[in-house]
Amino acid sequence: MSVLVNARTRVICQGFTGKQGTFHSEQCLAYGTQLVGGVTPGRGGEQHLGLPVYDTVRDAVHGTGATVSMIYVPAAYAADSILEAVDAGIELVVCITEGVPVNDMVKVKAALSGSPTRLIGPNCPGIITPGECKIGIMPGFIHKKGAVGIVSRSGTLTYEAVFQTTSQGLGQSTCAGIGGDPVRGMNFIDVIELFERDPQTEGIIMVGEIGGSDEEAAAQHIRQYVTKPVVAYIAGVTAPPGKRMGHAGAVIAGGKGTAADKYRALDAAGVRTVKSPALLGSAMAELLSRRSVARTRAAKPVPRKAVRKPAKKAPKKATKKAVKKSARHR
Amino acid sequence: MNLHEYQSKKILASYGVPVPEGRVAESADEALAAAQALGGKVWVVKAQVHAGGRGKAGGVKLARDTAAVRTAAAGMLGQRLVTKQTGPAGLPIERVYVESGSEIERELYLSLTLNRERSRIAVVASASGGMDIEEVAEHTPEKILSVTIHPATGLQPFQCKQLAFGIGLKGKQIEQFQSILLALYRLYQERDASLIEINPLIVTKGGALVALDCKLEIEANALFRQKDTAALRDVGQEDAMERRASEHDLNYVSLDGDIACMVNGAGLAMATMDLIKLHGGKPANFLDVGGGATSERVTAAFELILSNANVRAILVNIFGGIVRCDLIADGIVNAVKNVGVDVPVVVRLEGTNAEAARARLAESGLAIIAAADLTDAAKKVVTAARASK
Repeated sequence: MSVLVNARTRVICQGFTGKQGTFHSEQCLAYGTQLVGGVTPGRGGEQHLGLPVYDTVRDAVHGTGATVSMIYVPAAYAADSILEAVDAGIELVVCITEGVPVNDMVKVKAALSGSPTRLIGPNCPGIITPGECKIGIMPGFIHKKGAVGIVSRSGTLTYEAVFQTTSQGLGQSTCAGIGGDPVRGMNFIDVIELFERDPQTEGIIMVGEIGGSDEEAAAQHIRQYVTKPVVAYIAGVTAPPGKRMGHAGAVIAGGKGTAADKYRALDAAGVRTVKSPALLGSAMAELLSRRSVARTRAAKPVPRKAVRKPAKKAPKKATKKAVKKSARHR
Repeated sequence: MNLHEYQSKKILASYGVPVPEGRVAESADEALAAAQALGGKVWVVKAQVHAGGRGKAGGVKLARDTAAVRTAAAGMLGQRLVTKQTGPAGLPIERVYVESGSEIERELYLSLTLNRERSRIAVVASASGGMDIEEVAEHTPEKILSVTIHPATGLQPFQCKQLAFGIGLKGKQIEQFQSILLALYRLYQERDASLIEINPLIVTKGGALVALDCKLEIEANALFRQKDTAALRDVGQEDAMERRASEHDLNYVSLDGDIACMVNGAGLAMATMDLIKLHGGKPANFLDVGGGATSERVTAAFELILSNANVRAILVNIFGGIVRCDLIADGIVNAVKNVGVDVPVVVRLEGTNAEAARARLAESGLAIIAAADLTDAAKKVVTAARASK
């Protein structure tokens, strides 16, 4: 299992025949992603990278049965492309494009609420389920199928977390880069919720940065609903207020959104915070090994009460899931 | 992108928002002529810099005769204004704005900006205008009123009224407030603003509403479709280093430490600064060379960070994803040779072709300190900076 994308996910690319679209589509195909076609208005009917090109997303969905779209169109047209994918009933839109105007995203965000479409990005590296499906610009080879779910606002910092969990032998279930813009699609909470429900994911790494209050909101959510171990790092302890640190969203405004605020909230939620990004992998390894030790102990004959507790919980969870699943099928 | 007060007010006026009459001046004589042309008995001379807090810093002067206008302008022009928002170096005053004085009955606060939690544009209003709104928000949050705007419906009259009554406006002022606010929302949309702040919005002794000050920011990502507004950019107000960086597509922010860093990716760049601090050093800058770091960009980046005289050591931290580390290594070798780097350089390269990259650096014969991982890199650069002092 994994979250959002897997080996069976059928993907199209918007901005398919452009320079970025072509390069990254080739990389995704080489990784094994089921990329089944692309969209470039005016070039419908052509073949590109051995795949069909369509004029519209509707045509592409009709022709390929794709449920996911990755977007590489220039910033000026990105919002329109996302809205077109929403209109065509795409389930997951991954928008890699950087520099999309915030006022455009405010409109997109309003259009998304009430639609079944999920959006990752914009201005993000994308999403990958190692060994199965890569949608985005991340280097595939550093990933390894495994137990850790990673969600991050920063591209290269995601790679650090991936690299470390691979080196530790833990691997990743799915990694989602949600992007560094102030208005974006899926947020920490949305992805963490999926990781919590995913049986393959044993631990969660969350990489945040200064600006906004999404990390604080995630901390609240973790405190209430997450049972799996979470390790978090927040970039920007040294960032001065009022200065935008590269990402449009990474700015401490009005004294809010500092790294210290975010660390405080995460610590209070029982999250294992690390002050150095170099410690993400080792901290997760430590938490997971502690857990498995606890599990082996629990497996040994112990007093009845202790055994009964988890047994009680398990069927409850299963019914919940079954209900949700059947609801989705309808 | 920031605009000057005089530019912002011109835009406000074009949307029908009442502002005091004023003229911009680049010399004391022009200021005098402006005051004479405006007429009246009281004028305000305001330094035009891209920062708030001007009043307390001596950048806003009241003048009761035209000679005083001239004196005030002469005292400001050519100087640098240091406010609590500018940093110790301050900003150059190249222009002053001469305005007719207003008779103030009440000072209100009004702004439009993004509410990130709601992903919508929010209007914030307060009866406590004229002061630092962040302080008002911290000490008396009940005095801050806010509504958020659904992008499909736009700002609604009932929302304007809610705010107007909330800040104690009466009679005709309610209607005037509504028309000002609707105009501001239209401006926000049409000009791709990221902030419109009117502090204070005053009620005059005659009972009318007037925007006495205005801070207008245009979103950088939207400048491609805001050509007219983009032309109002004043590079004289920008940090020289940051401006040079943007010409090379580099993302740079000046800081006051002595360890320069060059990193790919904004998050990793921030993390690298944090690591330097964690290990006892002080970062001299934030620098993101971007995902598509090329040899030329690396050279430009070296030139940029070396033009800061405080730099005692450099840390290069690259996680090669799509970028090949061996190409970056070539760039580093070339830059160190050509630019003439005279401070220690610590390099940590990981990712695509990292092995080959390390070999290139070792073969170069240059005094580049290789680091095994993030922690090692931070420790080595802090040690190197101390030694080179």
